[in-house]
Amino acid sequence: MPNRSQIQARAAMMRVRFEAAGAQVVDPPLLQPADTLLDLYGEDIRARAYVTSDALRGEQMLRPDFTLPVVQMHMSDGAEPARYTYSGEVFRRQEHDPDRSNEYIQVGYEVFDRNDPAGADAEVFSLLALQLRGLPLRAATGDIGILTAAVEGLKTTDRRKAALMRHLWRPRRFRVLLDRFAGRKPGPEGRDSLLDAENPLDPDIPMIGKRRASEIEARIAALREDRDTPPISDNELVGLETLLNVRETMPFALEQLRDVAVDLPQITPALDRLEARIASLQARGVDVERLDFEAAYGRTSMEYYDGFVFGFYAEGRPDLPPIATGGRYDALTRQLGNGAEIPAVGGVIRPDLMLEIEEDAR
Amino acid sequence: MSLKLGVPSKGRLMDKTFGWFEKRGITLSRSGSDREYAGKVEGIDGVSLILLSAGEIPRELAAGRIHLGVTGIDLVHEKLPRWEQQVEEISQLGFGKADLIIATPACWVDVDTLDDLDAAAAAFRKTHGHRLRIATKYHRLVREFLTDAGVADYTLVDSQGATEGTVMNETAEAIADITSTGETLRANHLKILTDGLILQSQATLWRSRVAKCDPETKATLNALLDRLR
Repeated sequence: MPNRSQIQARAAMMRVRFEAAGAQVVDPPLLQPADTLLDLYGEDIRARAYVTSDALRGEQMLRPDFTLPVVQMHMSDGAEPARYTYSGEVFRRQEHDPDRSNEYIQVGYEVFDRNDPAGADAEVFSLLALQLRGLPLRAATGDIGILTAAVEGLKTTDRRKAALMRHLWRPRRFRVLLDRFAGRKPGPEGRDSLLDAENPLDPDIPMIGKRRASEIEARIAALREDRDTPPISDNELVGLETLLNVRETMPFALEQLRDVAVDLPQITPALDRLEARIASLQARGVDVERLDFEAAYGRTSMEYYDGFVFGFYAEGRPDLPPIATGGRYDALTRQLGNGAEIPAVGGVIRPDLMLEIEEDAR
Repeated sequence: MSLKLGVPSKGRLMDKTFGWFEKRGITLSRSGSDREYAGKVEGIDGVSLILLSAGEIPRELAAGRIHLGVTGIDLVHEKLPRWEQQVEEISQLGFGKADLIIATPACWVDVDTLDDLDAAAAAFRKTHGHRLRIATKYHRLVREFLTDAGVADYTLVDSQGATEGTVMNETAEAIADITSTGETLRANHLKILTDGLILQSQATLWRSRVAKCDPETKATLNALLDRLR
């Protein structure tokens, strides 16, 4: 196992390389206010991050990643365009697998740039690939933006689309919703009689709690509207399913997705962006003919990525988490920007895992 | 070295545990006054009784400070994330039965399932500007259950007692708690979600997989388990 000073030396070396590529070094605090993280990720973050507190500042979390503080810092006083690099510990609670580290070093590179998003995607991917050169790794890529475009363009109500979008990152719940909106799954027992009732609220049950009668009535109205909405068409469903199953090398994936776009024309602009990205990657010397693309990739990770996503995995070591991951998170800058927004993409590498793989290879 | 048996130190759980062992020819009793937490074991040699709060028994088993312990399945699963590796279930004792469930106000006629809860949580967050609060003391079990079910836009708030009252007091919108008859829920105008059963619990005898045993203790353990199983 690599020791701490070896890991730190490797991290420092990689950060210098990112600096040489034009990035400014940043060093966000280890303790992050818990509200922002909770607001973004909800209760799930508590299972992943260490929470601590004091009477003065309330709940704080030990930095579970760098992206969030870097975005916050950039949105409050960053120049434009900007490139940042950092290296330091992140902390992740581990409750199930004692072999997974709960503290490790990440080295990252983040680009905030309005011009040429395809170029910025390719820049981040190829700079990370360069740092990882020579290691027996397999890269996987995906694009959350294609799935988002497919859902937003469905011929159904905004309410249904919003419900699907909300669960884009929870594949099982997404599936349940899709089945229901396609009329394949009946509602719970007694639902019809509730919706048919003239006065669905039961006057014999006392109204308690902060959720008021008006909110219950509003939901019943929404359920009634939904019952009268025609199901999502088989055409669109098959299109979505085919899309989610696309798993090919990049050029072939694009070809297959162009076929899906016959049924789901709304994804065409996203596919044009994918095509531009492939060209930019190629221009930077990435062998796209052998680079995997999975349309469903990145759906179960932290939910801030909304475009290009990628990860590097150790061949022959399925027990290891990804060695490097990254992606585009334009929406996150909007959420944290108080009205401002900027396209952003970045990625992180774990030097400890790199060294471990190098040891394996020797 | 004696074999250490951990038993809840109070109330019905203690009495019924004593009764369960009695039926198998082993008499457990509190020595001295009712206030003293020391105990005595008759009917088998080499076993010492440790009286503990039921909530602390999982931790003591996981640390190997007791060899055997009686406590609820709910507490073991909540407090020991890797309980299969840390303890072995010897026997369910048939009392202390309770279900860990999710309950909402009965007046939420539009909410019967987790699916409904999720939809209500999304709308609630938009209307009120904060997540739908679920009061519980079973944070890990509830969070894992809801994550698995794909429920979002909720937050857990800690409630160590009188959890059923939190909705009426508007410190939570729903609860996740243990119930045996459902009477307290009904009295507080709450109802259980049809798919809201998280776990069925009862008092259970556990063996620590990590507690150290010398040959003599090991022999006592085997002799005891032979009579209990």
